[in-house]
Amino acid sequence: MTLNQSASALSQPQPVMAISNVSKSFPGVKALNQVSLELYAGEVTALIGENGAGKSTMVKVLTGIYQPDEGEIQLNGVKTTFHSAHAAANAGITAIHQETVLFDELSVAENIFLGNAPKGRFGLISTSTMRQQARALLQRVNANINPDTPLRELGIANKHLVAVARALSVDSKVVIMDEPTAALSLKEIEELYTLINQLKQEGKAILFISHKFEEIFAIADRYAVYRDGEMAGSGHIDTASQQELVNMMVGRPVDQVFPPRQPTHGKALLRVEGYSHPTEFANISFTLKQGEILGFYGLVGAGRTEFMQSLFGITKHTAGKVFIDAEEIEINTPGQAIARGIVYVPEDRGHHGTISNTPIFHNVSLPSLGKTLKRKLLNPPAELSLTRTFTERLELRAAALDQQVNKLSGGNQQKVVISKWLATEPRIIILDEPTKGIDIGSKAAVHQFTAELAAKGMAVILVSSEIPEIIGMSDRTIVMRDGRICAELSKPEMTPEALVQAAAGITHA
Amino acid sequence: MLIRALKSREMILALAIAILIGLIAMQFPGFIAPDNLADAFNDTSPLIILALGQMIVILTRCIDLSVAANLALTGMLVAMINTQFPALPIPVLITIAIAAGTVMGAINGLLTWKLDIPPIVVTLGTMTIYRGLIFLLSEGQWINAHEMSDSFKALPRHEFLSLPLLSWIAIAITLAFIVLVARTPLGRAFYAVGGNPNAAVYAGIDVGRTQFLAFTLCGALAGLTGYLWVSRYAVAYVDIAGGFELDVVAACVIGGISIAGGVGTVIGAFLGAIFLGVIKNALPVIGISPFAQLAISGAAIIIAVAFNARSSRRKGRLILKHEEAVG
Repeated sequence: MTLNQSASALSQPQPVMAISNVSKSFPGVKALNQVSLELYAGEVTALIGENGAGKSTMVKVLTGIYQPDEGEIQLNGVKTTFHSAHAAANAGITAIHQETVLFDELSVAENIFLGNAPKGRFGLISTSTMRQQARALLQRVNANINPDTPLRELGIANKHLVAVARALSVDSKVVIMDEPTAALSLKEIEELYTLINQLKQEGKAILFISHKFEEIFAIADRYAVYRDGEMAGSGHIDTASQQELVNMMVGRPVDQVFPPRQPTHGKALLRVEGYSHPTEFANISFTLKQGEILGFYGLVGAGRTEFMQSLFGITKHTAGKVFIDAEEIEINTPGQAIARGIVYVPEDRGHHGTISNTPIFHNVSLPSLGKTLKRKLLNPPAELSLTRTFTERLELRAAALDQQVNKLSGGNQQKVVISKWLATEPRIIILDEPTKGIDIGSKAAVHQFTAELAAKGMAVILVSSEIPEIIGMSDRTIVMRDGRICAELSKPEMTPEALVQAAAGITHA
Repeated sequence: MLIRALKSREMILALAIAILIGLIAMQFPGFIAPDNLADAFNDTSPLIILALGQMIVILTRCIDLSVAANLALTGMLVAMINTQFPALPIPVLITIAIAAGTVMGAINGLLTWKLDIPPIVVTLGTMTIYRGLIFLLSEGQWINAHEMSDSFKALPRHEFLSLPLLSWIAIAITLAFIVLVARTPLGRAFYAVGGNPNAAVYAGIDVGRTQFLAFTLCGALAGLTGYLWVSRYAVAYVDIAGGFELDVVAACVIGGISIAGGVGTVIGAFLGAIFLGVIKNALPVIGISPFAQLAISGAAIIIAVAFNARSSRRKGRLILKHEEAVG
């Protein structure tokens, strides 16, 4: 690990906020491990890292949502602990989140001052003062918005400006922007830059989180790179090249061993032609062979999950064809997909994967109930034996198969979800971030099993944002950006650098 | 296994009912005379049947506030048919009652499924509509005992092994529901849809259709109860069983059916109805005024809900932890 703290030796300015050696663990995952971050007045610090590197966790530590297990937070040189989000807000730390946390049904002015409204006589909210102050704040961010407009009538960019105005309404010292440009057009991004420069001049310390290198180089003064919850480097942006940052992001010690494979591909099993959706993805075409593991890589929001959901019949597609065994089929509901042997292991276990307050075996048998019926009635012994067959192969650790799923660790919950789909005996399995947020041991079991499935002739689509997993597991990788396929890399072409560059849209090396 | 069964919510509720009956019996030994207990059970039978129907609706994260209005409308319908055509055999009337109730339940289900209107709004609306239809049908007139045929009134009272048929119907439906809910794919789908509708979609379950079926079944039971109610009390008018839908929901809640969906058992709903039935039968015996009775029933409901909320709280925290770990 190379710590890159070259510059900043001459004039040592005092950071407004300094995080040192902070760690934060969740059951089964160490989200942050001894990481540090310094924010300086009038400077923009870019926080860089892959998905799952710990950026969001750090934002939550900074804003008092999470309390770190160890390490120290200093504000203007004084040691501080934030016991709540409220405490952090009072200390002058404001975050503008990825999905702006605003209220559609309230007016712009009410959104800006929610929880902090100017009081008039009798302690009641003074709407006239609020409107005046809101107008002034909106002018500061160059937003031509009437403070009385209901928020829902605004576009996403204007909502962002309202969020910024809200950040300015309190006397904030630190402004955190978590991927603020994700939904903005080029012109709006320019306006955001102007705004950030204005905030810099006002002496605010800004933390800027982005995946996009051109933005980082355009706006940031400093950078910090996280990788797998650990520090990978930090320093002044003008001392670093894009290539160096990419290396810090992806270069890692080889601590994960992937199962050895001798892929033998059979005939083409699945062919997708020109799959499109009005807003999420366009013109997706590819072929998948028996025994193949096809990786899908891309940044968050590249449209991978949206495409997979559509292929599985959850959302509708507007154009495109699917062929299985060269026969064209129609998939409009998940039931049709399952009947055709396509299954989808979703990314969001809590939301889409398990029914958490029911027993393990109810979850596993749910899509396969038809196979276990006895005289049209449910047959718990058959359900249990079906469940046992698949959970044992995945080395599920549970006290009993009638244990409730929410009593299991994240990794074991994921094994329940995967068992559920394997029990349907699919021909094509789509794994969406199958190892996200689970411990190393469970990861290895999932990887091992994925390899076995492919060896048995099943076709696997592996959607992953973890570069080692993509490189270690897949035979071929499709990279998506902005809802389209932007690259297809064969096994020898798959390098961390090539993947990151394709996904981020960097043309030169 | 035994310990878990003893600690289950159903077992605790059964114990609470036993203690309640014991306390009442200490003061009024007559309360536990077999005849009196059988009477109390018979009085509670309509509540049991309706609570079972409501239970499957609540399992799918819906609610049916129109059950009592459905009951009253089918009751009025069959009573009017009986007065017009006294010769029509009772099985035909029962079939008509079930069919009418089924249609009303299906309307609730269709509005929820196809128009995506929240079930509480749908059934609040249909509740009022069904009550209004009774008035249109009857022009506000009562149908009294002497207008009904003897066979119409006799059926629920018909005794078999010293229990009236009404009680046997409640027992039979309870047994059928145990099989339906615990041993059929549809029963499993109720739990899946209420437990996590998103995951149910991924598992290939049609959430709207499952909710529709729950509403339809619930309506069928309300229709059947409509005949039983009117024939047992030998009177039909606009306001019969007014407000009874709240007792039905309360029985479910007391029985541990989570309003959030996906949690609950048939035995729980059955015991919840019994608990409410014991209180309603015992309070007049003890000599508590009708107004205090309402307040005591209400307090019992809140205590039961508070108990349920406490026992499910730990689970909530676990879910939060889990989401943190993922996020």
